[in-house]
Amino acid sequence: MSILEYFKFPFIQYAFIVGILIALTAALIGVPLVLKRYSYLGDGLSHVAFTGMSIATVANMTNNLLIVMPVTIITAVALLLPKRNAKINVDSLIAIVSVGTLALGYFIINTFSNSANVSGDVCASLFGSTSILTLQPFDVWLSIVISVAVILSFVFLYNKIFATTFDADFAIATGVRSRTYELVIAILIAVVVSISMRLVGSLLTSALIIFPALSSMRIFKNFKSVVICSAILGVISTAAGLLAAIIFETPVGATIVLIDILVFIIFCLLGLSYKKRVG
Amino acid sequence: MKKQADGGGIKIDRVCVGYDKCVIARDISFEIHKGDFICIIGDNGAGKSTFMKTLLGLIKPIAGKIDFGGVPRACFGYLAQQNAAAKNFPASVREIVLSGALNNCRLRPFYSKKEKERANLYIEKVGLKEYTNYCFAELSGGQQQRVLLARALVACKSYLFLDEPDAGLDPRTTKEMYETIAALNRDEGLTVVAISHDLSAVGANATHVLRMCRCGECVFMPKSKYLKTKNKKEMTA
Repeated sequence: MSILEYFKFPFIQYAFIVGILIALTAALIGVPLVLKRYSYLGDGLSHVAFTGMSIATVANMTNNLLIVMPVTIITAVALLLPKRNAKINVDSLIAIVSVGTLALGYFIINTFSNSANVSGDVCASLFGSTSILTLQPFDVWLSIVISVAVILSFVFLYNKIFATTFDADFAIATGVRSRTYELVIAILIAVVVSISMRLVGSLLTSALIIFPALSSMRIFKNFKSVVICSAILGVISTAAGLLAAIIFETPVGATIVLIDILVFIIFCLLGLSYKKRVG
Repeated sequence: MKKQADGGGIKIDRVCVGYDKCVIARDISFEIHKGDFICIIGDNGAGKSTFMKTLLGLIKPIAGKIDFGGVPRACFGYLAQQNAAAKNFPASVREIVLSGALNNCRLRPFYSKKEKERANLYIEKVGLKEYTNYCFAELSGGQQQRVLLARALVACKSYLFLDEPDAGLDPRTTKEMYETIAALNRDEGLTVVAISHDLSAVGANATHVLRMCRCGECVFMPKSKYLKTKNKKEMTA
């Protein structure tokens, strides 16, 4: 079967449309995430999303996004709201939430599920399995609407995101509501984490978010180029990963992440040779 | 822009500053009027930077009140002592200086042509025109300081706060920078509040002096009076 013939199937079309949109949102939000040193937040939130997913599975909800997303957003806001001088610093707090929710999620799905295939459900939540290839039309529309909303927010808040990421103190001192924008960034991260679950699963969402940004930072030295390159890399890696997974029948999430890593290594090498040339 | 500058001035009333309820400097009282050039001097650890951060709303005062008299924060410019940006942050000189104009934008998502011109003007004024598209992280310490000064000037419409602005600058650049600031103070009525470890650098243009002591006491006075008391002390010594 030629590659083009695959695209006659609606489920393949859905997978590509949703997959590419998710990859784009993840790659965009990855830039401020990496630069603000929120990498751990993204990882922690994906574990929170896993708990949400477990609850949705136990409750037999057809659309788990309706529970995963609110839970993830609330956690993101709760983690960032406390003052900077709080007793427990945000780092440790995120670590606690991260492992805690992973345990809670597995506990819930193992104890209360009446599904015949618990390990299959767990595997789907953690690694995505074939979730992206079994999307229903409602899922597709929901993902499209959410992704477009995230992309538009990013574009319209671009300058605010830059200023808040680069130097929040200066922004606050000169009358910019950076605390609000920090929260908005956290909410966008939470939304992206919840929708990326179905592409690569909760354990691998971080990779989808951070790798394109890290790769483009090897080569580009200004914010705009990094954002644009990150978006392009995210889309290409995911499209290539999906295609490879379908043709070679490999797991979708893992394949995409491995391609992301490959791109990262290539960009590291390119960055090194570029540095040598410049001096 | 004019309208914003016509606030009633900033009243600082018995303000105590510090971290975590630990007072560093206490009972600071004075007023900042439009067009003033206030120089804050004092020993290391006297709380100069902490006081400035309190004025800018980055730290809450432990006691006392700061009345901005309707002066919006959006007309402030600020040059911090330590540059908060992470190493290897991918940002060009232009992107950083332009971000100073953000306090003008409110909910508008993009910069106007006028704001872009303003950014270019100040990049030129601090002598970094040929570095406009350079990466901030790859510049020298002195050049980085000048980028942040340009950003502060873009953000500033009537009040300029400078925390040891000459840190890391060579003598020639320091002189040029103070000339630029003095000209803005003189010609455009910009109010300047600058921290310096001694008066000699900024002093020439200062109208008032806030002297902060490590013992926690602070004295505010016109520069002429400060110079008189200082001379007396030196004579008796």
